[in-house]
Order: sequence, then structure tokens, then C-alpha cells
Amino acid sequence: MLILECPCCGVMADETELSPGGEAHLKRFGPGSTDQEFEAYMFARKNPKGVHFERWRHAYGCGKWFLAARCTATLEVFGTYPAQVGAPPQDLQDKIKAKRPEWKGFQ
Amino acid sequence: MTAQPRPSKRYSVFALAKEALSWHMGWEKAWASPAPKKEYDVIIVGAGGHGLATAYYLGKNHGITNVAVIEKGWLGGGNTGRNTTIIRSNYLQDPSAAIYEKARSLYENLSQDLNYNVMFSPRGLLMLGQTHHEVRGYLRTVHANTLQGVETSWISPQKVKELVPIINIDGPRYPILGALYQKRGGTARHDAVAWGYARACSAMGMDIIQQCEVKGVTSAGGVVTGIETTKGYIGAKKVGFVVAGHSGQLAEMAGFRLPIEAVALQALVSEPIKPCMDVVVMANTVHGYMSQSDKGEMVIGGGTDGFNNYTQRGSFHHIEETLRALIETFPMISRLKMLRQWGGIVDMTGDRSPLISKTPLGNCFINCGWGTGGFKAIPGSGWAMADLMAKGEPGPLAAEFDMWRFKEGRFIDESVAAGVAH
Ligand SMILES: Cc1cc2nc3c(=O)[nH]c(=O)nc-3n(C[C@H](O)[C@H](O)[C@H](O)COP(=O)(O)OP(=O)(O)OC[C@H]3O[C@@H](n4cnc5c(N)ncnc54)[C@H](O)[C@@H]3O)c2cc1C
Ligand SMILES: [Zn+2]
Repeated sequence: MLILECPCCGVMADETELSPGGEAHLKRFGPGSTDQEFEAYMFARKNPKGVHFERWRHAYGCGKWFLAARCTATLEVFGTYPAQVGAPPQDLQDKIKAKRPEWKGFQ
Repeated sequence: MTAQPRPSKRYSVFALAKEALSWHMGWEKAWASPAPKKEYDVIIVGAGGHGLATAYYLGKNHGITNVAVIEKGWLGGGNTGRNTTIIRSNYLQDPSAAIYEKARSLYENLSQDLNYNVMFSPRGLLMLGQTHHEVRGYLRTVHANTLQGVETSWISPQKVKELVPIINIDGPRYPILGALYQKRGGTARHDAVAWGYARACSAMGMDIIQQCEVKGVTSAGGVVTGIETTKGYIGAKKVGFVVAGHSGQLAEMAGFRLPIEAVALQALVSEPIKPCMDVVVMANTVHGYMSQSDKGEMVIGGGTDGFNNYTQRGSFHHIEETLRALIETFPMISRLKMLRQWGGIVDMTGDRSPLISKTPLGNCFINCGWGTGGFKAIPGSGWAMADLMAKGEPGPLAAEFDMWRFKEGRFIDESVAAGVAH
């Protein structure tokens, strides 16, 4: 079972306590944007086989949203971090790069 | 290089008798395993049901046989060999009903067409209505199906009980209010579908190349020229990606993105028991579905995980949820032991409908997004994809399933019609 540490309340939460929320760090496009931008924001996904940054909600705990870095091919969790950031923290990126030298980095 | 022997003998009762007299030593390999040629007219990536069916109808309907099907593992080893084999065509939207009904009707004669027993069993399929909301939804589907020429009906709880004596129609949480019934829905043998198409493709002179992973896609001037594989470079005039859960990876190699996410879907089977249920039952509200295989195992489909996953195994708690739902629907299965559990990587689109489409790369086509429910579609999907690849433009079956529908807001919304993974 997937276990993630909620950075908001510090609890090690089982998957059953959490709700997955899809790809993290999507840039939101709304009125005034082009069709391409809106489509990409709504539907196009990186969907990598490997390092993935994603949103989770501690639904049956503190109720807060947070972000996680996880490998979709092995289910290894690299770390979790607060949701109020535009990109994964540098130290987490460095940690992933050390473990996965072939990783192309956060784009 | 010596030419590989191709399957040439017909399977029949006479062949069986003849081989019996010679100790069954004369059977040929069902398909050849040649080394790749330098170039093909068409390369299909992915030897699942959809890829093999595409190759088959390219040959059968369009006379294109200089074709290779490239598979990284073994043929049928993806979702095609991992699914619970439900076949139905009771979808809500017209484009879906058209392609799924085309597929279902091709299944009716597929064994004869391929000269390979795919064990199509149109034993009847019930989708239970367990809330008033669901009942209204299914009544709407029955009406839509009537207009689409798909034979379905709404049946009473008593009729449900008659068809499925082991069901508990009074349900502790959700009594059964009726069911959407498709009399000619059912199941088929999944491996046999892949093997039958593979054998027929090989007999037409096509090359099925297993243990060969596609690692890159080459192009010149915006048009595809070939693929890089673990067995070297292979040139191609046209390429079709038919790789289900791995579509995002192939798209990345070709330089575009897809409205697709890969998640795990799992299934399990019980120990074999005597025949007790001769229809397929889907209970979408409580979330579970079940049929009985010819071996006697109860075949059970679970739920998808909500997060991106390529591991071909699902979360354990989904098994518990599924079994809880089925035990309240079929109390007599509560003491059955479960034998095996497995997962597959399904390719989910935003509107839960597939893509059969041209791509931003010229002469490169994609067929994917069948998600949790594409086994039933294999013959129709292969038919439509072959048409698209042969002519370069989609025919009527594929036209609505292009990848640009998301930009234009032309969704083919089946997420409501199919509340359960199947
Ligand atoms: C548990 C489960 C239950 C299901 N139940 C049902 C059901 O009851 N009814 C129904 O209609 N559908 C069901 N489905 C869905 C159905 O199985 C799929 O939609 C269908 O089999 C997809 O077929 P395919 O040919 O597109 O993909 P696959 O059979 O997955 O074939 C794709 C092939 O591409 C190969 N490949 C991937 N990447 C590469 C590469 N780089 N190079 C070369 N080859 C590559 C893979 O190895 C694989 O063999 C279920 C799925 C699962 C997982
Ligand atoms: Zn928390």
C-alpha cells in the first residue's frame, strides 16, 4: 500500500486515507487563452513512466492538499511537499537526480 | 536468411482426426517468428488485440500485407491477455454504439473468419439498476440503443432473478430495481482472440516480431520514416501506435502529447466451482462485476487506481471493495477462495472514449484510449484503424474519435454510461 507523509499535519497516511488529484504544477489557463493552451491545461498530461509530480489530498485526515514526487514505474516515493509552490523544491529535485541519473529533470 | 514456414493448414475436425492418427506430430507453429526486414509498408507497434486486428484488416480489407507487428514482450501479454473479456455494445453515444456494435457483430463470426476458435459466448449481459438515478440512465440507454439498432431491453427484478438465481435482489443497501439487458452480449477467450489474429496475419505473410521494444521514432520533414528498436532500425512508410497504457511514451518519441493517463486496473478469479451463473452481471453502483469462465472460476473485475501507475499491479484495498460489493450482490460467493489476482495498465482519456486518429506527425497514426473497456472493441477498432491507415483519412467508424476533439470540445462522453471499469 502506498504511504505518503502529509506535509501539512505530519501524519504518515495510507493510500486509503488520501485522494489522488492528478498531475501537479499545471499552469492554469482560462478566458482569454488560446484553444491550444486551454486544451493542454485541461487534457494533455505528461503521464511519464518514471518520476511524476502529483497532487494528493489528505481527505480522511487534515483535509489539506499537498504534492508528492513518486515513481510511476516502481511506486517509490521520493518525497512530499506543500502545495503552495510553482515547482518542486530544489533539494527534492537534487535527491531524485542522485537516485535517477537518467531523469531529464522537472520541465 | 531462410524463409520462415508460415501457417498453411486449416483447423477442422478432419485435420484433428488426421493428426490424431499421426500422434499429433504434424501440427505447425501457429505463426512464424522471423527477423525484421529492413522496411515495411506498414509497421504496427503493439501486438495486443487492437494492433493485431489492425494488421489483419489491413490485409483482408485493403490488400496491404507488407506489414510488421512489433511487440516488446509477447503477443497478447498486455491488457488483451489480462482482461475479464466482457463484450457488449450498449453504449449511449452514437459513435460509440456504432463501433462497439460493429465489433460485437464481427465477434459473432470471428471464429469462422479466422479459422480459430475464439470461444465467443453471447450468453447475455445484465447491468443492474440499483438506484433510481441509474434506472433512468439505463432507460435512456435502452432508448438510444433502439435508435442505434443495438438490441437491448430493460428487464424487471423478477426477470433478473430468473436469469441469475444466485443474485440477492433485495440487497442490504441497494435492492435491484431492474437491469439493462443485452441478450447478445457475453464473453470470448481473450488469448485466443490475439492468437487467432496473429495466426491469420502470419498466414498472409505479415511479420510478427516479439521481444522487440520500440525505443524511438524517426521522421523527416514532419513525416514518419521508421522506428528504432532493440532489434535495430526498421523503416516504414506508415506507422501505427497501438500500445494502450504505453501510448504516452510512444507519443513522446514521436514528439506530441496525448490526453491520456495510465492507471492500473485489476481483476481476480476464484477457485473453480460448478456452473452457477450463465450470464455476465455488472453492478455499477456497488462497483463490481462477475461472470463464470468455462473452467468454473468466477471472473471478477475490480476498480482502477486513481493515480498514474505503470506497475501492472493494483492497490490491495480495491480487491476488498470489489469483493464486498459482490458478496452483497451474490451472498453464496462469500466462502469462495480467490485464486489469482493481476493488473493491467489502462489508458484513460478525458471523455472515456478511445482515439483512432491521425497525429501531428505525418503518416503516423494512433489507436489508444480504450481504457478499461477495449477488449469488446477489438474487431471493430482494428477494422476502423486499418481503414484509416490504408486511406490516410478516417472512415465513418473512426471519424469522431480523432485526437483534436478535446480542443474542439466534441467529447464522446461515456464516463456516465460506464460507471464501472470493465
Ligand atoms: C483487469 C482488466 C480488465 C478488463 N476487462 C475488460 C472487459 O471485461 N471487457 C473489455 O472490453 N475490456 C476490458 N479491459 C480493457 C481491455 O483489456 C483493453 O482495452 C484492451 O485489451 C486493449 O488492447 P490493446 O491491444 O490496445 O492493448 P494491449 O493488449 O495492452 O497491447 C499493447 C501492446 O503494446 C506493447 N507495447 C507497449 N509499449 C511498446 C513498445 N515501446 N514497443 C513495442 N511494444 C510495446 C505491449 O507490450 C502490449 O502487448 C480490461 C483491462 C484490464 C487491465
Ligand atoms: Zn494531513
